[in-house]
Amino acid sequence: MTEDQHIQAILRLGDDTLVLGQRLSAWCGHGPILEEDIALSNTALDLIGQARNFYTLAAARENQGRDEDKLAFFRSDRDFQNHLLLELPNGHFGDTIVRQFFFSAFALERYVFLSRQLMDAEVAGIASKALKELQYHWEHSAQWIIRLGDGTEESHNKVQQSIHDLWSYTGELFEADEVDQAGFEAGLLPNLELLRDTWNTRIDDCLQKATLQRPEDGWMQRGGKQGIHSEHLSYMLAEMQILPRTYPDASW
Amino acid sequence: MVRTVNDPELPYLTVEEMGMVRGVSLQEDQIVVSLTPTYSGCPATDVISEDIEKAVRAVEANAKVEVVLSPAWTTDWILPSAYVKMREHGLAPPEGRSADRAFLMGQGKIIPCPRCQSKNTTMISAFGSTACKAHFKCNDCLEPFEHFKCI
Repeated sequence: MTEDQHIQAILRLGDDTLVLGQRLSAWCGHGPILEEDIALSNTALDLIGQARNFYTLAAARENQGRDEDKLAFFRSDRDFQNHLLLELPNGHFGDTIVRQFFFSAFALERYVFLSRQLMDAEVAGIASKALKELQYHWEHSAQWIIRLGDGTEESHNKVQQSIHDLWSYTGELFEADEVDQAGFEAGLLPNLELLRDTWNTRIDDCLQKATLQRPEDGWMQRGGKQGIHSEHLSYMLAEMQILPRTYPDASW
Repeated sequence: MVRTVNDPELPYLTVEEMGMVRGVSLQEDQIVVSLTPTYSGCPATDVISEDIEKAVRAVEANAKVEVVLSPAWTTDWILPSAYVKMREHGLAPPEGRSADRAFLMGQGKIIPCPRCQSKNTTMISAFGSTACKAHFKCNDCLEPFEHFKCI
């Protein structure tokens, strides 16, 4: 694994958590009930905190005078390498919960590996903290999947539709490119094939309890890790970045 | 001086009682305070760093705070005196050790009401007013209360 690939791997961890954190933060003040408003905002805060840690580490490693803010606010859509699933618009509450469900199962298992690997102690430190936070995120989304799936006919149909709509974005999570492969060989990143197995177990167990159907695997969306995004990311970044880009010297 | 700094979210507790201060050392004439944040996204971390720097600089100008992420902070590091103060302020402290997975997720865990000590309580939401707290209610005295999550 080259030094550039190592930094890229850390940046991707930051991109995943920043993009989802930014999306989720839009629920603040719009949650269906107060507790959910708070829960989703708390989750967003955890994710943005994780992103800050990964960006700060990546910036220190690349040593080009950038910091966490430069990486978050002064890179363009093509520079972001998050999974496509995370940049999709929030949709309704069920859509957001299904996205949380798919991603939390993935991120939880990924952090289990990252917290135990011996290749990069600083990544392990961030991951071991993030892992505890993800336990809560996973539990929260899994409980909602069961409640909505095994709830009323209306909630069941809606969340089943969300699962169908988002399914084609789950394949990319387990498709290894050169960075993933090099990271795996170096012992820094998990084997995505094995990760898929543990992910499947989590998802299938919960869907069964929720009386929901797992969709057939079909054509899968891809491109996020190569910087080829849906149009949604650009709009999200425009909104997120406009202030620091317009007033680069602005401070609190 | 570090002992005098309070947690802005739990002002009746000091950062030392919270187990966030990992050490104070002298490195080439500079006082370095090692601080471990409680949650990745806790907004209080920046304020705490500034407060510590301010407090230490009152006696020694050459000081800085160094954030240490590994090992990750755990509620196991909270000092016993903080547990007493949390209960006095109506906040149910963490129960059990973080190493216990079931305890971490609140499965089969009984959180006593900090007001009437009843063990007949229900979790309303795993997420509360700050990242570190969950919402509970007491089924006996009917009061809602907050619980400091085990992490």
